[in-house]
Amino acid sequence: MNKDAPVIKVSHVGRAFGSKLVLDDISLQVEKAETFGILGPSGSGKTTLVKMLTGIDETSSGEIHVLGVKMPKLAMLQQIGYMAQSDALYTELSAKENLEFFASLYGLKGEHRTRRIKAVMELVNLEEHLRKGVAQYSGGMKRRLSLAIALLHEPPLLILDEPTVGIDPVLRLSIWNELRALNKKGTTIVLTTHVMDEAEKCDRLAMIRDGKLLAVDTPDGLLQATGSASIEEAFLYYGGVRS
Amino acid sequence: MRIRAITLRILQQFIHDKRTMALMFIAPLLVLSLMSLVFNGDDYKPVIGVSGQAVKLSASLESHDAKVKEYATAELGTDAVSEGTIDALLTLNGTTPQMVLEGSNPTANRAVMMVLEKTSQELLPSSGIKIQPEISYLYGSADMKTIDRFGPIMIGVFVFFFVFLIAGVSFLRERTTGTLERLLSTPLKRWEIVLGYVCGFGIFTVFQALLISWFSIQVLGILMTGSFGYVLLMTLLLSMTALTLGTLLSAFAANELQMIQFIPLIIVPQIFLSGLFPMDTLPLWLQRVGLATPLYYGADALMNIMIRGKGWSDIALDVYVLIGFTLLFMTLNVLALRKHRKM
Ligand SMILES: Nc1ncnc2c1ncn2[C@@H]1O[C@H](COP(=O)(O)OP(=O)(O)O)[C@@H](O)[C@H]1O
Ligand SMILES: [Mg+2]
Repeated sequence: MNKDAPVIKVSHVGRAFGSKLVLDDISLQVEKAETFGILGPSGSGKTTLVKMLTGIDETSSGEIHVLGVKMPKLAMLQQIGYMAQSDALYTELSAKENLEFFASLYGLKGEHRTRRIKAVMELVNLEEHLRKGVAQYSGGMKRRLSLAIALLHEPPLLILDEPTVGIDPVLRLSIWNELRALNKKGTTIVLTTHVMDEAEKCDRLAMIRDGKLLAVDTPDGLLQATGSASIEEAFLYYGGVRS
Repeated sequence: MRIRAITLRILQQFIHDKRTMALMFIAPLLVLSLMSLVFNGDDYKPVIGVSGQAVKLSASLESHDAKVKEYATAELGTDAVSEGTIDALLTLNGTTPQMVLEGSNPTANRAVMMVLEKTSQELLPSSGIKIQPEISYLYGSADMKTIDRFGPIMIGVFVFFFVFLIAGVSFLRERTTGTLERLLSTPLKRWEIVLGYVCGFGIFTVFQALLISWFSIQVLGILMTGSFGYVLLMTLLLSMTALTLGTLLSAFAANELQMIQFIPLIIVPQIFLSGLFPMDTLPLWLQRVGLATPLYYGADALMNIMIRGKGWSDIALDVYVLIGFTLLFMTLNVLALRKHRKM
């Protein structure tokens, strides 16, 4: 693969459930080691899009390439760390058992597995709750554990579906710092959000509404192009609502 | 490796969920014990009527724990049998005793036959009465036994029922809580998930099968003439079928309650068609439906092993059919998972 080739290339992708078109002609590229945000209101198709990026779901039309490989492709799942919108955790088990389970699915074992579990739990600030049952976790703690699981196998591409929902501002900041650090190490991050101020922290931003791509640019670029003072204003501009 | 991870996880979930574990282990024992108490005819005192020359056997019958009623004529006695006021009527024609049993209650049948056997053995040397009385049944037949007959089937039923429900619900929750989607976002192959489930529950059900079989035979004393190993094999195969069927059907349930709704649809009809009740009187099409249910084969084999003491050649077909069912359900499971991830 060419070093400068985009990590993700989405070309004219559409997705329909039955006769309902949920995504319509989406084209975008995600570059290596950037944090790429997908911003859109609830129901706009963000989850549908990221599921297709991982290959869990298939496009109805168009193509998606990840790291140069046409999706969906089973082997590519090893290269992707996915954090679903809902916390998919086994609440009967402890955090440690959850981590060990998913680590094994990604082929981590022995010493290395133990080290990775420790590292990711420190990263999300949960190391003292490692042995606690997940049933006793708060919503924010579960969110962080989900993030930790996505980071376990050190994937070059992270896909996070609304990662900071329910996490308090202080911790949110620390998670953003960690994501930045991962970027520096060469990890590409795609995340979805419906929070406008969070979108500003992304390197580049795609705005979608009702399954249509409104714009893709850096936050500053979007502000300048629309002459807006905030991302929210810019979003309304593209959505055809002028204040 | 990945299959082992799933297996391990399922076992851990069981260990954390004490209640479900108790349900799997204790509930079958409880119900089996209850059934054994209800159906075990040990304490039942049969009421035997006598008429004509047979009156002279009264004392002997009573000494073997029967209640005896005397009737003036054989006709009166027969009427009493058909009304159910007595369990059997004994008459004596010359030297041949004749016994008419009411027959519909296997517990009573057995008790009557036991008294009769003891009585005739005792009388043999002195009275010149034949050992073998002529026996006829008004309603039932001599083949009916109670817990001995129900026991093997019920072992099969309980194993099937509990594994079906618990495997089905845990797979369903895997879907509704989103962990299934999470699993499918790892490089795990679809068949690895299915096999992981089979192994995880497999290990667990080995213990369940061991406990239930041991308890039924050793503690409850259900008739057991064949090999314990075969009983284990059959209960295990039944759980595998129940597990794969449960996980498969969970794809068609939106929540736990809907999973429970499969019980009257999938489990109860199977119990009725499993041989617990005589099949001969059923319409032919219904008998054919019975042939398509896993429980029928499990119950058939368990009865052959436990009641008739049969060996491999008589249960081989049942074994192959159950393995066939399991493989079929597993394949369908892998295909059903395509709904969630195509690759
Ligand atoms: N499996 C599905 N079947 C039918 N419609 C779906 C399915 N998944 C999502 N949708 C629809 O697609 C639209 C976008 O959903 P989603 O991608 O979850 O939005 P977002 O993540 O932006 O909130 C919604 O209108 C939703 O109802
Ligand atoms: Mg969403």
